[in-house]
Amino acid sequence: MHFRFTETPIDTESARRAVQTPGAGGYVSFEGWVRDLNEGQAVTRLEYEAFQELAVKEGDRIVAEAMRRFPIKHALCIHRVGSLELGDMAVWVGVSSAHRGEAFDACRFIIDEVKHRVPIWKKEHYRSGDSGWVNCERCAAAPQHSHAHHHHERLAVPNPK
Amino acid sequence: MSTAPLYGLILAGGSSTRMHRDKAALQYQGKTQLDRAFELASRHVAPVFVSVRADQTSDPTRAQRPMIVDSVAGTGPVAGIRSALAAHPQAAWLVLACDLPFLSDAAIEYLLRERATGGAAAFATAFKSAHDGLPEPLCAIWEPAAAKALADYQAAGGHCPRKFLIRHGARLLEPQDTRALDNVNTPEEYTLALATLDQAKPMQLKIRYYALMREQAGRSEETLETSASTPARLYDELVERYGFTLSPEQLKVAVNSEFSDWSRPLKIGDAVVFIPPVAGG
Repeated sequence: MHFRFTETPIDTESARRAVQTPGAGGYVSFEGWVRDLNEGQAVTRLEYEAFQELAVKEGDRIVAEAMRRFPIKHALCIHRVGSLELGDMAVWVGVSSAHRGEAFDACRFIIDEVKHRVPIWKKEHYRSGDSGWVNCERCAAAPQHSHAHHHHERLAVPNPK
Repeated sequence: MSTAPLYGLILAGGSSTRMHRDKAALQYQGKTQLDRAFELASRHVAPVFVSVRADQTSDPTRAQRPMIVDSVAGTGPVAGIRSALAAHPQAAWLVLACDLPFLSDAAIEYLLRERATGGAAAFATAFKSAHDGLPEPLCAIWEPAAAKALADYQAAGGHCPRKFLIRHGARLLEPQDTRALDNVNTPEEYTLALATLDQAKPMQLKIRYYALMREQAGRSEETLETSASTPARLYDELVERYGFTLSPEQLKVAVNSEFSDWSRPLKIGDAVVFIPPVAGG
């Protein structure tokens, strides 16, 4: 199981330990956070919904592909579902490997593929009181824009505790 | 062109030797074969009777329908047809075996139309077998004039209505649907026929909706009776019903929790999910 959902805040410390292995000389993680602004609209909160049976299969396939493409040790992706507030972590990806280069590459590959392929949907609630399903509504008239993924993200270096 | 009024006769007196149980009582889509054949005939001619042997008159599968009891010596379809011709000598008979599960309204209409317009048939109008080109006597229209010749044939020891039609000649029609007259004689054929009919009839599918489509449908799942044979046709049907705003080009489809082609044939009980543009991360 390399991909899973959680309805509660992602426990990054246990996730990090799950990819840790004596052969790994380093580890890269990515955290996606709920941002307060999207395409000019002030966002107040998000709801994530997933077709979990298929999403878990597709997520596992993505991680398995990463393991084949890059010489990494372990990889894991955890995604939130349900209602999230600003600053909450929506997704976590962690990759361990002997050397840092392939860990960065594999981590980037996994989050990019997850965003494109895994059946997860995001509804944004705006300060205006409006709301909308990302990629489904404003882009419905112009489907060629549906891959223009805006994001709430930053590469995270694990905080020393 | 025949002017004799047309009645219906369902042959259900057979001994069902190879099926090991009464063929008339076999069920398709919740109805006995006998009822299906009776209802099919009743959509085209009236009155319709069930042909029975004297020992079948109290059988519950048959007793609820008007019956014509064999009144002539001997058994088998020739006796049944002769008994009907004797009971109503002025009538011609749409004769149907009850074990033709694929027989359609279209085939009956074709038979009736050809009889009405296609010139005189002395004894019968019948389909050619798709298998051997010989007459199919048990999905045919038998004319009143056949009564005497059938009596003579039986008196001479004949018992096969097909051989009778070969010998005496019938107006023969090319079948339009080559499967329409396939009959079902064995448990294996019955199982196969059930599966085939199930594929063509409306079937129940489970459909789940997510995100925007869940909101537009006003529900997260439902069980739907549909004759849509593929996800593409199913989506067209659902757009009609719910006014989904996403076009099929924007969607993917999953059947039984795995990505699928839009043209994959759907089966009873399949769980279908249309996948709006995703936005994880």
